Amino acid sequence: MRLISKEMFKKPNNRLEGELEPSKHVHAAVQESVAYTCPECKTALEKETLPELDYMCPRCGALFIMAARERLEWLVDEGTFHELDAALEPLDRLQFPEYAAKLKKAQRDSGEPEGVLTGTATIDGEPCALFIMNSTFIMGSMGAVVGEKITRLFEYATANGLSVIGYTVSGGARIQEGMFSLMQMAKTSGAVLRHGEAGLFYGVVLTHPTTGGVVASFAMEGDVILAEPKALIGFAGPRVIEQTMRQKLPEGFQRAEFLLDKGFIDRIVPRKDQKRELAQLLAMHRRDSTR
Amino acid sequence: MMTAYERVQTARQKGRPTAMYYIEHIFTGFLEMHGDRRFADDHAIVAGIALLNGLPVTVIGIEKGVLTEEKISRNFGSAHPEGYRKALRLMKQAEKFHRPVVCLIDTSGAFCGIGAEERGQGLAIAENLMTMMGLKVPIISILIGEGGSGGALALGVADRVWMLENAVYSVISPEGAASIVWKDAAKAAEASTALKMTAEDLLGFGMTERVFSEENGNFETVCSTLHNALAQEFSELLALSPKELTEQRYNRFRRIGGDEQ
Repeated sequence: MRLISKEMFKKPNNRLEGELEPSKHVHAAVQESVAYTCPECKTALEKETLPELDYMCPRCGALFIMAARERLEWLVDEGTFHELDAALEPLDRLQFPEYAAKLKKAQRDSGEPEGVLTGTATIDGEPCALFIMNSTFIMGSMGAVVGEKITRLFEYATANGLSVIGYTVSGGARIQEGMFSLMQMAKTSGAVLRHGEAGLFYGVVLTHPTTGGVVASFAMEGDVILAEPKALIGFAGPRVIEQTMRQKLPEGFQRAEFLLDKGFIDRIVPRKDQKRELAQLLAMHRRDSTR
Repeated sequence: MMTAYERVQTARQKGRPTAMYYIEHIFTGFLEMHGDRRFADDHAIVAGIALLNGLPVTVIGIEKGVLTEEKISRNFGSAHPEGYRKALRLMKQAEKFHRPVVCLIDTSGAFCGIGAEERGQGLAIAENLMTMMGLKVPIISILIGEGGSGGALALGVADRVWMLENAVYSVISPEGAASIVWKDAAKAAEASTALKMTAEDLLGFGMTERVFSEENGNFETVCSTLHNALAQEFSELLALSPKELTEQRYNRFRRIGGDEQ
């Protein structure tokens, strides 16, 4: 075994200096046909093969954006999902200019009434309460319904002794809901706290991008915090920081790998391993296995 | 009647009293405590122990600074994670010694920068929200100027949230909202109205319990009113058991935005 290698004299892998590759995350345009073109390397794929490819380009490794319901179907055991609060509709409490039209458009484009799906399901046979945020609904921003549904889910899980698994994706607050949006951070944090006080497990998977008020609340409150490779995760968006600091941000800044290095997340888990790892974590925190 | 944007400008006005002024005029015997015991002492947050009518209380304020040099050292009242962690440390200490907590909020927001992100700004705020939600001693938060989003809420999970009449509290600055929603930061005045961020708006939403007159700029009178109000309110809150207290605090926030169909 060679104790001294060339590697040791290389410059340390300082991620602030931009050694990470640029993000492979891409916004998949809504494509109507049966074909799907990788937005990054332009490889032609068949849409129906995407779930078995774990929504990852087999050629270049790009991770495709998954709508919440796509992720749900990909993640949970078939036929086990029971949705909660499916009918909750957003309100335009502030009568914010153009918000009503924006909501209608988001509902039409996403086919969902709001930006998060909640319910119960099993993952590889392990039961849990589950929330999956939806980037296709006003960038997964946290309106009152998002906060309310997540709060209700944690309360349901607490009452029924269930672990919670959450997938986050969020551009931050829902500006058009003003303080009603901000207060969801406190509300959800209270529900997470109570769930934890009942001795129950909460595992969260941060996906690209998870920012703003969601990072400053339930995204960072998991007992175990996982992230997808190269996901952008941060309190302030990179553009805001660039403006504040008046300097260009180094590449790799605020990516999952950077957070792992800084000690803020537990593991980075590729999509192909997520189902297995989540099921394993759920099994390890099953009530009958721990007491 | 002032417009929303005039209130925003008043809340930010040069010469408006900052947290230290209220600490000196409401309490006696303030002893400042420094540092988060993890990384550094963030001067954007002043915190310590003081007396309110002889009752020891923990006081935590976001301080913007008065003179230019001080403003710079206080980062204009934009705290880093270590500031929120100092606040958290002193809140846990308050809980240990059964002391009520007073938070004075005046910030354009938590600092957005490389160091803040590297040290977990999001986590620091999240931990404060969760810990404050379960803290077993009474908390009263007072917005004395700007309440800037998560950086304000990180000291705002309280049993009572009070506002001065020209204080504002918003999910985003009006300039930020205008540039995101209308791609035009110059529409800040319009955004101030649309965001419904004045004390009056928040009273209507049930997000603040009390709005205090600024007595036409006589802030000594404001402080004496706040002193009496705090003493009165704490005597009522201290009569509650920790369970009642945290239950009521949970419900205070639980009902916000919960009436969807």
